[in-house]
Amino acid sequence: MEIITQYGDVFIVIAIIFGLFMTWGIGANDVANAMGTSVGSGAITVTTAVIVAAIFEFAGAFLAGGHVTSTIRKGIIDPAPIVDNPEILVFGMLASLLAAGIWLMVASARGWPVSTTHSIVGAIVGFAMAGIGINAVQWNKIAQIVASWVVSPALGGFIAFMLMLSIRRLILNSEHPFESAKRWGPAYVFMVGFIICLVTMFKGLKHLKLEMSVGMSVVSAVVLGLVVAGIGWALIQRVRVDAGADKDFHFASVEKVFTPMMLFTACAMAFAHGSNDVANGIGPLAAVLSIVSSGGEVVQKSDLPIWVLVVGGVGIVVGLATMGYRVMRTIGTRITELTPSRGYCATLAAATTVVLASRTGLPVSTTHIAVGAVIGVGLARGIGAIDLRVIGSIIVSWLVTLPVGGILAALFFFTLKGMFS
Amino acid sequence: MPTNPLARLMKRSPLKYLQEHMRIVLQCAREVPALFEAVLAGDQGRVEAVKEKIFDLEAQADTIKNELRAGLPKSLFMPVDRRDLLDILQMQDSIADTAQDIAGLLVERPMEVPGNLEEPLRSLVERCVDVCEQSLRVIEELDELLEMGFRGREANQVEAMLGELNRIEDETDRLGLELTRRLFAEEDNMNPVSVVMWYRVIEWIGDLADFAEKVGDRLRLLIAR
Repeated sequence: MEIITQYGDVFIVIAIIFGLFMTWGIGANDVANAMGTSVGSGAITVTTAVIVAAIFEFAGAFLAGGHVTSTIRKGIIDPAPIVDNPEILVFGMLASLLAAGIWLMVASARGWPVSTTHSIVGAIVGFAMAGIGINAVQWNKIAQIVASWVVSPALGGFIAFMLMLSIRRLILNSEHPFESAKRWGPAYVFMVGFIICLVTMFKGLKHLKLEMSVGMSVVSAVVLGLVVAGIGWALIQRVRVDAGADKDFHFASVEKVFTPMMLFTACAMAFAHGSNDVANGIGPLAAVLSIVSSGGEVVQKSDLPIWVLVVGGVGIVVGLATMGYRVMRTIGTRITELTPSRGYCATLAAATTVVLASRTGLPVSTTHIAVGAVIGVGLARGIGAIDLRVIGSIIVSWLVTLPVGGILAALFFFTLKGMFS
Repeated sequence: MPTNPLARLMKRSPLKYLQEHMRIVLQCAREVPALFEAVLAGDQGRVEAVKEKIFDLEAQADTIKNELRAGLPKSLFMPVDRRDLLDILQMQDSIADTAQDIAGLLVERPMEVPGNLEEPLRSLVERCVDVCEQSLRVIEELDELLEMGFRGREANQVEAMLGELNRIEDETDRLGLELTRRLFAEEDNMNPVSVVMWYRVIEWIGDLADFAEKVGDRLRLLIAR
């Protein structure tokens, strides 16, 4: 108890620094993965992607980042055994942040497909097992989270597959694909706005004190969907047939219709990523904050202060501005096999899945879902060649990240504990 | 070494390699009429020059072929069967190989052309190159087929193009027979070795069209499933 009152401010400052470090890392590396499908399909430039990411990552973190944050903050550990020693949880959360942040840096430098989410979850579980005891981990919640890691890429793939089939049926296989694309384009844009808005606002945004009934959420989603569809329609109207390009590739003009549509899915993806991944950085920060500010109350009842979400958003944007754009440029030049229509399917599918997971409070990996969505497009016979070895390397990264994150966190935990007591 | 999982996930489309390869192969086949024009004109220097061109193009095609094969690990998931893809590549390559064989023979063994063989020879060669042209046209549709998932209208359109391919190939068969008939009539006035060699050259010219047709036949399998 005394430790908390004595060092409270120090803990908060350290937590903010570590939290910023973690979100900076997310902005520097992870955002590029989220935007990769949009940049790679040539639909948006790197500059546009950075601007879109900055705005919508922030919006996603701010508007829809609360649920996952609360899972990370209080869903994984059962604090009952340590009500008398709240500092343990503070040390643990700081240690987890540091462990995940360092592991991510090492892994990104090596080029391993490591997920921020897996790192932080592994770290928190590791600290809890070592520092409190095996029973302190909410194993059924962990089981849910791990299941979501398997299910979410599959779901992303399935949605992408279905979108691909619908585009083929409604647009590509019609008599006049270009006209069909122009006709259906706004409907597909509507879908982007509608789905993201509905999932985000379903029953309101609690931390903004915005109460909504189911009906109201649906109505507002329809309204937002119509607004973006209107903008989409205006952009699509400007697309003209490119006869020269069509000679080379008959669907060139059709693909050009999908280019402005990708702008919306890119926004959706940045929003989705912000809503899920920012929590990895600020969840532990929020936990530390609430313990200190309540003077050592481990059972966290207080709401999440909005400024914490802002800290997360700022961290990501700074990461993006310092390093993320470079990573994005590299990815953009490497993923060129995605046409805009495929990019649309893969990105919307991934964004939908991530936002859905965020809404249920499940921390998932945006990168792995994006991979799943691209494979879904591939299963619809839509991509020239997909190297399935990536799946193997992702599974290996799971098997390594969870224990490494855990062991590192345990190590830092005992170090911090030793330093302060 | 691309490190990003998404970048590692998507490889360069093998269909693009296939198209690039076929474009070179067709250039190679297109030199064959020039080769025979030089033979008909009795200009051995020009024959030599065209042969060099053909050998050069064939080497280029080989490079692309090897690149494609090297970049095709079993772990690749493709919209088409790996076996079918390699078969198409093999057939395309055979066209270039055949052109190379013809050029090589005509350089090493200068041959005279009996007068009444000239016209049917020209038309056979032209028509065989037409088959190769049509075969490239079909291969160029692979982008569109991929966009459509190898089904629907696009598949029907390719089906029609393949029908045309088969039709032109049938024509070359008839032209080949006609040329053989003329050669048979000339046999007594010719050097016996030349006769044998001419039979072989006629067969090889026909092979250009045969392999081009087989490219199409293999491609039909991609749409069939």
